Amino acid sequence: MVRNALGQSALEIRQLGKSFGAVQALKDVSFSIQKGEVVALLGDNGAGKTTLVRCLAGIHQADQGEVLFNGNKVVLDTPQQARALGIETVFQDLAMVPEFDIPANLFLNREILSKNPLLRAIGWLDKAAMERQARKSLHRLNSRMADFAAPVQSLSGGQRQAIAIARAVNWGADLVIMDEPTAALGVEQSAQVNALIRLISSQGVAVLLISHNMQHVLETCDRAVVLYQGRSVADVALSDVSKEQLVALITGAAVAA
Amino acid sequence: MTTQTQATMLKQLLLRRDAYIYYIFLIVLSFFAVLLHDTAFLSLDNLLNIVRQTTPVTVMAVALCFALAVGHIDLSIGAVVAVSALVAALLLPQYGVLVATLAALGLGAAVGFINGLLTEKLQVSSLLITLGTMSVLAGVARQLTGMESVPVLHDGFIFWFGGGELWGIPTLLLWTVAVALLGYLLLNKLRFGRHLLAVGGQPQAARAMGIALQRLRVQALMISATGAALAGLLYAGRLQGARYTLGEADLLTVIAAVAIGGTSLFGGRVCIFGAVLGSWLMGMINNGLILSGFSTNEQMVARGVILIVAVAIGVREVKRG
Repeated sequence: MVRNALGQSALEIRQLGKSFGAVQALKDVSFSIQKGEVVALLGDNGAGKTTLVRCLAGIHQADQGEVLFNGNKVVLDTPQQARALGIETVFQDLAMVPEFDIPANLFLNREILSKNPLLRAIGWLDKAAMERQARKSLHRLNSRMADFAAPVQSLSGGQRQAIAIARAVNWGADLVIMDEPTAALGVEQSAQVNALIRLISSQGVAVLLISHNMQHVLETCDRAVVLYQGRSVADVALSDVSKEQLVALITGAAVAA
Repeated sequence: MTTQTQATMLKQLLLRRDAYIYYIFLIVLSFFAVLLHDTAFLSLDNLLNIVRQTTPVTVMAVALCFALAVGHIDLSIGAVVAVSALVAALLLPQYGVLVATLAALGLGAAVGFINGLLTEKLQVSSLLITLGTMSVLAGVARQLTGMESVPVLHDGFIFWFGGGELWGIPTLLLWTVAVALLGYLLLNKLRFGRHLLAVGGQPQAARAMGIALQRLRVQALMISATGAALAGLLYAGRLQGARYTLGEADLLTVIAAVAIGGTSLFGGRVCIFGAVLGSWLMGMINNGLILSGFSTNEQMVARGVILIVAVAIGVREVKRG
């Protein structure tokens, strides 16, 4: 399928493949995401979702195919390269240090340093600037945090999720990949995270969402890509399919038929 | 500010997880002050003496905090003390203070580097690797001089690392202040320290955010061993000689001091001033026990009990956290 809207494609994956020894985890995976689009990545356990995400995040290196980002062919050898391009991944464990406070987690490995050149040279942190910036970026996402100095382990799962998303957006990501963002959340907090996902997509950010929760996918996403045994077997608009059809695609029933 | 927020702030301050060291310190201090009221225990001279005598342990405690920050432990520090002191004492007569000092500190850094490299390459816990290097170094220290002591007669060295005074302040006290301050700044004010704590607190998170875990963990072990080498110099300077037994009994003291000072033995949480106070606490207990007429055997028992109590508190904190 050729997607139109010239220059609007955020991510395009062509025939991506990845093997671990004799195990072919991904084979001929192709799909694309446009700017501001929320695409679900579906598949059963072991279908290759995690491997694909890790390839896009630069943790694994695909051994076949190519990835185009914002129209350009890109190399994703390290997490730093992926991030420098504007691909941010929100992992299931959220990649947060529980003992650190909100600003420390938001700026983990991208700390704001003192403006004084001498102090800057030795890596002196500008904690006040980081807190100001943290307040600003969470405010922009309508997230209210009571205590910025509290360790994030004392916050709710929804709040932590919001911080992780804010961190991704904060770094000017064009594509945010989220791994099961609502898996550990209650109904109300899930709804907040969904609202947050819609909000960042309305700001032009492309979102690739991995989820097992069909309801969540149907509520939040525009399109779904289904992986089955390492291959992309479907790329459908969610308005065109029913929940049952999706489940059939995921379990492979639709392929076999 | 309302009285209510003031009250909650006070409560937070009093209930801080690293606060109990202050209470324990005060309780033990008053306990000995009462018990030993007819001796010179509470005299400024004696207290200052405790701080001076404890300096090597304080330095080791601060240095060990770096290894603990990344989730490592360094058991080789006691043996590094002996080797460093001996190497410095042997080099002093011929090469002078600067070379002897740099050689001893460089040796410490090299030991830490090897500890770190082996831990990373073999993917074995630092507990086992440093247990091994501890034994190797203890053997080297015995071999180096055939178990003989080496006297230190160099006045300059003794001035800087032992009995000297600058502006009327004992150099050993200056070392304590300098090392504590340096440790505090590195861990709390600089990006380096924040990354160390991230590596120890949640390694997966640190890796996902692109922090170079391996390099930081090696550097942390280098700092702890270099600190131990400095402690060796401070022993050699104060005792005006080096012997393979130096630092032998300090490992447990240092771990107890650090643990009771609020630093987690499992990584990610460090309290430098707690470690300093913890080392003074251990020094005070030793001093108090001596003045009360207890033997070194009984001091060993006391140290062991304190370590267990400190660890018990720490583990409870972890489970609650």
